[in-house]
Amino acid sequence: MDGKFIKFGKNLVTTDEFVAEGHSFCVGCGEALALRLACKALGKDVIIANATGCIEICTSPLPVTSWRVPWIHTLFENTGAEISGIEAGLKILMKKGKMPERDIKCVAVAGDGGTSDIGMQALSGAFERKHDFLYLCFDNEAYMNTGIQRSSATPYGASTTTAPAGKLSIGQTTWKKNMAEIAVAHDIPYVATACPSYPFDLINKVKKGGEVKGPAYVHIFSPCPTGWRYPTDLAIEIGRLAVETGIFPLYEVENGRYKLNIDRPKLRPVEEYLKPQGRFRHLLDGEIAKIQEHVNEEYAKLKAKVACFAA
Amino acid sequence: MSKRVGLEASFAAAEAARMADVDVIAAYPITPQTHIPERLAEMVADGELNAAYIPVESEHSALSACLGAAAVGARTFTATAGQGLELMHEVVYVASSMRYPIVMTICNRALSAPLSVWGDHSDAMAVRDAGWIQVFCQNNQDAFDMTLWAFRVGEDPRVLFPVMVHFDGFHLSHVTEPVILPEQKEVDRFLPRFQYPFALTPDKPMTHGAFGPPDIYSEAKIAQEVAFRKSKDVIIQGFKEFGDIFGRYYHPVEPYRTEGAKVLLLTMGSFSETAKIAIDTKKNKGESVGLINLRLWRPFPFEELCQAVKDAETLIVFDRCISFGGPGGPVSSEIRSALYNEKERPRVVSFIGGLGGRDMAVKDFEYVIDQGREIVEKGSEELFETVGIRGEVTGIRG
Repeated sequence: MDGKFIKFGKNLVTTDEFVAEGHSFCVGCGEALALRLACKALGKDVIIANATGCIEICTSPLPVTSWRVPWIHTLFENTGAEISGIEAGLKILMKKGKMPERDIKCVAVAGDGGTSDIGMQALSGAFERKHDFLYLCFDNEAYMNTGIQRSSATPYGASTTTAPAGKLSIGQTTWKKNMAEIAVAHDIPYVATACPSYPFDLINKVKKGGEVKGPAYVHIFSPCPTGWRYPTDLAIEIGRLAVETGIFPLYEVENGRYKLNIDRPKLRPVEEYLKPQGRFRHLLDGEIAKIQEHVNEEYAKLKAKVACFAA
Repeated sequence: MSKRVGLEASFAAAEAARMADVDVIAAYPITPQTHIPERLAEMVADGELNAAYIPVESEHSALSACLGAAAVGARTFTATAGQGLELMHEVVYVASSMRYPIVMTICNRALSAPLSVWGDHSDAMAVRDAGWIQVFCQNNQDAFDMTLWAFRVGEDPRVLFPVMVHFDGFHLSHVTEPVILPEQKEVDRFLPRFQYPFALTPDKPMTHGAFGPPDIYSEAKIAQEVAFRKSKDVIIQGFKEFGDIFGRYYHPVEPYRTEGAKVLLLTMGSFSETAKIAIDTKKNKGESVGLINLRLWRPFPFEELCQAVKDAETLIVFDRCISFGGPGGPVSSEIRSALYNEKERPRVVSFIGGLGGRDMAVKDFEYVIDQGREIVEKGSEELFETVGIRGEVTGIRG
C-alpha cells in the first residue's frame, strides 16, 4: 500500500477542524492533539462511536457538543459492538436501496481502559466478525477521566491512585498489556501504533486505517500531563522520548507484515523518558535497569518480526 | 389469503420480524430464545430475508449493536431471555433513553442462582422501570401479532421507544400452536417503512448521547417520562389499527367473563389461557369469578385497570417473580399502588408461583381462587401466599 498515500506536507493538512474549540481537555493534553490530527485524517464522511472516557466527557456536555461530524456515545465497554451495528446498518440500508451508496467510514474511539480492559470482548468480537471499521485507541495509560486509576495499559513501575507507590510497592507491578499485538492476533488487515509527536506519521496511519477494507486498529500513545505528572509544555517531548527509547515503538502491521516506521540506530536510555515524569519518580536504579532490560527484549522481538518480512 | 400454520412462538416471532422486513438482527444464543435467532439466520442464509445478521459475542453486544444500527436508521431486532437480559441491563436503559425503537423478544426465563433455563417473569420484572414499552403474550398468535405491532408502535414518530415482547420460555417458545399468518401486502399496509428522523449521517452531523450534567439531567429524564406516558395513546391506536386490518383486537387490560364477578384473578402471559379454563370450570359451578389478562405492562395502564376491577370485591394477583424482601410480587404491589387512591376498589391478594418452570395446572388456579376468597373472608396478615411450593411457608409478613 506504500506510495498510495502521499506524505502530508504542512500546507497539505486540511485546515478544517472536526472537533470544535471550547472543549474541556486539560492544558497540554496529548490525547486532544492526537484526536484533532486523527479527525483531520478522516475528514467529514465518518460516523464516530465514542466509548465513555476523557474524549467523550471533554467534548459532549449537554446541551453543547464539540463534534462537527456525526458522533454517538452510549456506554463504556460496547464500542466494538456499537460500531459493528453502525457498519452493518449502513451496509444493509445501502444494499436494500434505502440509502444512497456512498463511502462512510465507521470509526470507534476509546481510551486504554475502554479498549484493553472493559471493552476488549466487544472489540475482539468486532475484529473476528471482520466488520469494515477503524478502531482508534487513545492510550494515556490509566483511567485518567476518573482520577488516574491503573489499567492493564499502565506501565510497570508507574504510580497510580489504585496502584500507588508505597513502602511495600513500586506502584504497577505488571508489564503493560500489548494491545496492538492482541489486535494483530485477530488477523486483521491493518494494525499500527502512532503518537502525536509524529503528526504526519499519525495522520497517514489513521487515513490508511480508514481506507483499508475490514477491521483496522491504530493504537495512539497519548501523553497525559495530569496523570503522568510532567509540565504541561512537554507532551511532544515525552511522546518523542517514548519512541526514541523504544518504550513505544512506531510500527505498522499490514496483512501480517511488520514494518518499523521510526528505527533509530541506537535507542536512548529509558531513564531519559522516566525521569521527567512524576509517576516514575520513586523508581530506584534497580527498577530502572529492569525496565531497560524489558524494553530491550521487547524491541528485539519486534525487530525480529520486522526482519522476517524484510527479505 | 392469510394462512393458518403450526408454529411455535419462537418461529412466529421470527416470521413477524421477516414480514416486517427487518434490516439488522444482532443476537446471542441463550435457552429458551435460541430458535428465534436460528430461524432468522436460516432465513438470511436462504435469501428469504434481506437483512444483516450479526452473530455477536454476548447479549451486551447484541443490544449494543442494535443501538448502532438503529442510530443510522435501520429497522432492528433482537431476542434474549433470563441471564441474557440481565447482561444487557445497562444497555436496556440506554436504548429507551436514546429513543431507538428496537424490538426485542424476551422468552421469559428465571434468573440464576440456582441456574434455571425454565420460565418465570423474574427477567421481565428486573427491567420493568427501564423505559421500554412492554407487552405479554398469551399464545403463539399473540407472539406474531405483538411483534408486528411492536415495530408499528415503537417507530411511530410520536413514540420512538423500544418495545419488549414477552412470551413464556418453553411454555410458548417451544410449543407448536396454530398461527394465522397474514399476507405481505396486509403487513405492508399496517407497517410503513421506517424513517428514523434523527439518523446519523455526514450530511447533517448530529451528536447522539452527550452526557447530562446536573443542570440538565433531570429535565432530560422528565421529558422522557412525559413522552413515554403519552405513548399509551399510540399503543391503543396501534391495537385498533391492527384489529381493523387483521381482525384481532387487543387491549392493554383484557377482561374475560368478568361481568358482575365478585372475585377476579389477574394473570400475565401464557398462564392466562390456563386460568381461563379454571374460570370456565368455576363459572359452570355458578361461582362469581372472572379473569383479567394484563397485556400492557409498561406504560402501566392505570385507567384501564381501575375501570376493569372497580366492581369486584376481591382481586387475586398472580406473580411469577419474587421481589425479595419487598411488598409481595412485583405485579401485585404495582396493582395495590394503582388502586390505593381509588374510592371503589377490591381487596388485593397476592399469590406467587410458577417459578423456574414450575407448572400451574387448571386445578392450581382453582385452588388460588378458593384460597384467595378464603383469605379475604378470614382476613390475612401475610404479604403474599405461595402456591405449589413444597413444605410449609411461614414468616412472610410486612
